Amino acid sequence: MMPQVNRRQFLQAGAAVTATAFGFRLEGASAVARELKIARTNQVQSVCPYCAVGCGVVIHTSGERVKNARPTVVHIEGDPDSPVNRGTLCSKGISLKEFVVNDRRLTKPMYRAPGSGEWTDISWDEAIQKIARRIKDTRDKGFQEQDAQGRTVNRLDTLGLIGGCTDTNEINYLLGKFRFGLGILPYENQARL
Amino acid sequence: MTNGWCDIANTDVALVMGGNPAENHPVGFRFVMEAKRKRKAKLICIDPRFNRTAAVSDLYVPMRAGTDIAFLGGLIHYAISNDLCHMDYVRAHTNAPFLLRDDFSFSEGHFSGWDAEKKSYDKASWQYELDGSGYAKVDPTLENPRSIFQQMKRHYSRYTPEKVAEICGCNAEDFKKAAAVICSTGRAGKVGTILYALGWTHHSHSVQLIHTAAMLQLLLGNIGLPGGGINAQRGHANIQGSTDMGAWNMLPGYLRLPRANHVSLDAYLKATTPKPLRPNSMNYWGNTPKFATSLLKSYYGDRAKKENDFGYQWLPKLGETENQSWGYFFDRMHRKEMHGFISFGMNPVANGPNTEKMLEALANLDWLVVVENFETETASFWNAKKLGEKFYSKYVDPAKIQTEVILLPAACFAEKDGSFVNSSRWLQWKKAAVPPPGIAKPDHEIIARIFMAVRALYAKEGGKGMESLMAMQWNYAQPLTPSLEEVAREVNGRDLTTGAQVPGFAALKDDGSTSCGNWVYSGSWTEAGNNMARRGQEDPTGLGLFPNYAWSWPANRRILYNRASNDADGKPWSENHASIRWNGTKWTGDVPDYKADAGPHDYGAFIMLPEGVAKFYTTELAEGPFPEHYEPMESPVKNALHPNASSNPCAPVMTSSADAMGTPDKYPYVAITYRLTEHFHYWTKHVASGAELQSNFFVELPEALAKEKGIKGGDVVRVSSARGTVEGPAMVTQRMRPLTVGGKTIYHVGIPIHWGYVGRVRGPLVNNLTPSAFDPNSGTPEYKGFLVNVEKL
Repeated sequence: MMPQVNRRQFLQAGAAVTATAFGFRLEGASAVARELKIARTNQVQSVCPYCAVGCGVVIHTSGERVKNARPTVVHIEGDPDSPVNRGTLCSKGISLKEFVVNDRRLTKPMYRAPGSGEWTDISWDEAIQKIARRIKDTRDKGFQEQDAQGRTVNRLDTLGLIGGCTDTNEINYLLGKFRFGLGILPYENQARL
Repeated sequence: MTNGWCDIANTDVALVMGGNPAENHPVGFRFVMEAKRKRKAKLICIDPRFNRTAAVSDLYVPMRAGTDIAFLGGLIHYAISNDLCHMDYVRAHTNAPFLLRDDFSFSEGHFSGWDAEKKSYDKASWQYELDGSGYAKVDPTLENPRSIFQQMKRHYSRYTPEKVAEICGCNAEDFKKAAAVICSTGRAGKVGTILYALGWTHHSHSVQLIHTAAMLQLLLGNIGLPGGGINAQRGHANIQGSTDMGAWNMLPGYLRLPRANHVSLDAYLKATTPKPLRPNSMNYWGNTPKFATSLLKSYYGDRAKKENDFGYQWLPKLGETENQSWGYFFDRMHRKEMHGFISFGMNPVANGPNTEKMLEALANLDWLVVVENFETETASFWNAKKLGEKFYSKYVDPAKIQTEVILLPAACFAEKDGSFVNSSRWLQWKKAAVPPPGIAKPDHEIIARIFMAVRALYAKEGGKGMESLMAMQWNYAQPLTPSLEEVAREVNGRDLTTGAQVPGFAALKDDGSTSCGNWVYSGSWTEAGNNMARRGQEDPTGLGLFPNYAWSWPANRRILYNRASNDADGKPWSENHASIRWNGTKWTGDVPDYKADAGPHDYGAFIMLPEGVAKFYTTELAEGPFPEHYEPMESPVKNALHPNASSNPCAPVMTSSADAMGTPDKYPYVAITYRLTEHFHYWTKHVASGAELQSNFFVELPEALAKEKGIKGGDVVRVSSARGTVEGPAMVTQRMRPLTVGGKTIYHVGIPIHWGYVGRVRGPLVNNLTPSAFDPNSGTPEYKGFLVNVEKL
């Protein structure tokens, strides 16, 4: 069996060692090329957010050490260590960077007043306060502590909650606590459509 | 999936039905191609459309959308009547020998116990015949006419190849060719897998459809073996996880949400904890009290005490027969019975059936909160008339919509930590790479900020249901910005006496001394650390299990039901197809789905089930203990088996003013919806490369139908259903062959899903057309096999 060398170790071996460790094989040459492309990036292991094959991806970022700049994604590629995809990605996965760094991304909270035909800006604080007020008023009106037979039910069915397909397990768990704290019964997820 | 992506490479026969992995799961599909290349495995594809998977298959058989149960029922009949079942497996590991009561019957499309008025069954006659100790009676010879094996044989005797051909519109000879290959795995030494996706779940009889597939795999002895199983190719990164974590009527870990008649924790546990039905059944769900109590401790912390039923009363209770699934609550929203709605990363206007009903329902709310990466159709529903142009011409102007909408910008996958569960049940941890754009925030912070703000209002003003609201434990180091590592540790569970992380769910207790947020994930973050982030490359069995890569639920087990890969005496059915082996004192290999040191005869092989064996026959589903072919709720023909019980008698169909069902005289064609490889759901219309590669919506039409209608490729057509319309250029192909069903020629119309009225590229939403008809067990809508008409514009 070939000795297992993962990608990070392979790159750590570096260009100087490549010649002795790997001779002049094509893999060595392409690794050098790869290293130049991603030489100054940070690498973070992640998972593709599209279908549930669950391909491992490596996100390359830069800008962490630059003053007055935000780190940004410069490249996303398949993770060769993942037994699922072994470095490969489909046509959607290979363009993931365009999903993350995208001028259509929402960057600030927006508000649409009743009867209005447009969005206006709203601050986070004001948005959270408005939402909390709406939830409390709806819950005060609709919360049932007991049913008609006097049984404790602690339920709310006039407020609904739905969760998405890339909410992580931990976010789903917190959404569950939010749901049960408020007593919400109508709760669905993309998983069930 | 019972097995996993990498395991598909171990198969001899892959049946792909109700899915198109070559197009929609291309990286996972490489394991099918590997099995073909390395093992000379056969790939069989059954689908209305000659899709990309069909293009590389060894055998393709066309079928009419919505007739899968007839096809699979035909395979059951074929296997039994041609003596191709793995009978030693069936005897050892299934409920085939169990006896049914003598008042169980089936005739004219209904099982015994049918109540036409209530549209539901009294299931008393469906039960097993029990002995004096409460155990099911069995006949190991399988010859008793009331044995499940004989009842099953009789039930599917109607599903002859000719009947299958008549219902599905395929050719009986083609059916038999496919059946011969699929059933060639019904013996030791050969194994087959089944791969499916939304082509199976989008029906008014979807759960029974998958039940039929499981029955076939049990008859062929393909469950629990490497290269076997029933494998759902899930369509989104974490919908497996979202299911595990509980939605609709579930608590985390598949514990049921309590109902009003469960008046105490004791009553709830009595109602939801099964009793063993055979003397050797391990009945692992018998541990329900440990899982439920540990969850309550996780939710309510120190407030959960034995004296107060561990806080059980604080959980909301459903009515005794109440259903709060999608179809029902959107119907209530449409009737103005709901006032507020919060969507965390979901897009009901695009995703839900009958778009116009979704729009009308949202307009009847007082307020809506949407948390998203991009503006969606749901966030801008109030502007649908302008953005969606002609499709919503009847829809009201924004000035008449009084719903207050708040749209919050959220972090995307690359901007937050946390775990996703892939189709293989692997929990894979990812790390945040960059901060979110602008002033967008991670979802957990948004949830926490809203929850804390609501609690602050109650603390200040008082209000209804304060006790249950305040009781929920939220003791994170930073309550407004909980770290997901902290949450993941809570989910795994801990020993509350020592404070240590529990090693797994076997350590959970029902006395309040342990906490656990989801018992099936217990073991994911132990004292050894975050097992979901593991990167080990070892594969000691050589079967592609990779036990040290990520972490698989439950208990890091890679193949479910793996005890069944061995015979009753613990000997592998074949040397090549066992992921665990009994060495005389313990099981080695994969994490056994069995007690690790229990002898082969100590327990039945299916430890989760009260029967101790796998079930051909189940009393848990709404419309019958055996699956039966029912037509879609909108169908071009009557059911050829029982025209008076044509479609699923238990399936809910909504009847609001926005709902309507079509008939074949006005809507003669069968529509299916599908995905394209260049797009992901309704997201990538925002992404430049997706928008460039597949910029335009289109309607796929069969050549013969296009000819009949005088439509050429590129001509603009309108597709209409009883609910709405879509318009776009026709793509005329030979991929959907005309089928002959009941003497009629049936045409399919294929419509891709990925467009909407918000995006870098835009186009009509396919759900303008789809009906509010649902599976009675899962509440999933019928997106495959509804009726439409087509006109040239």
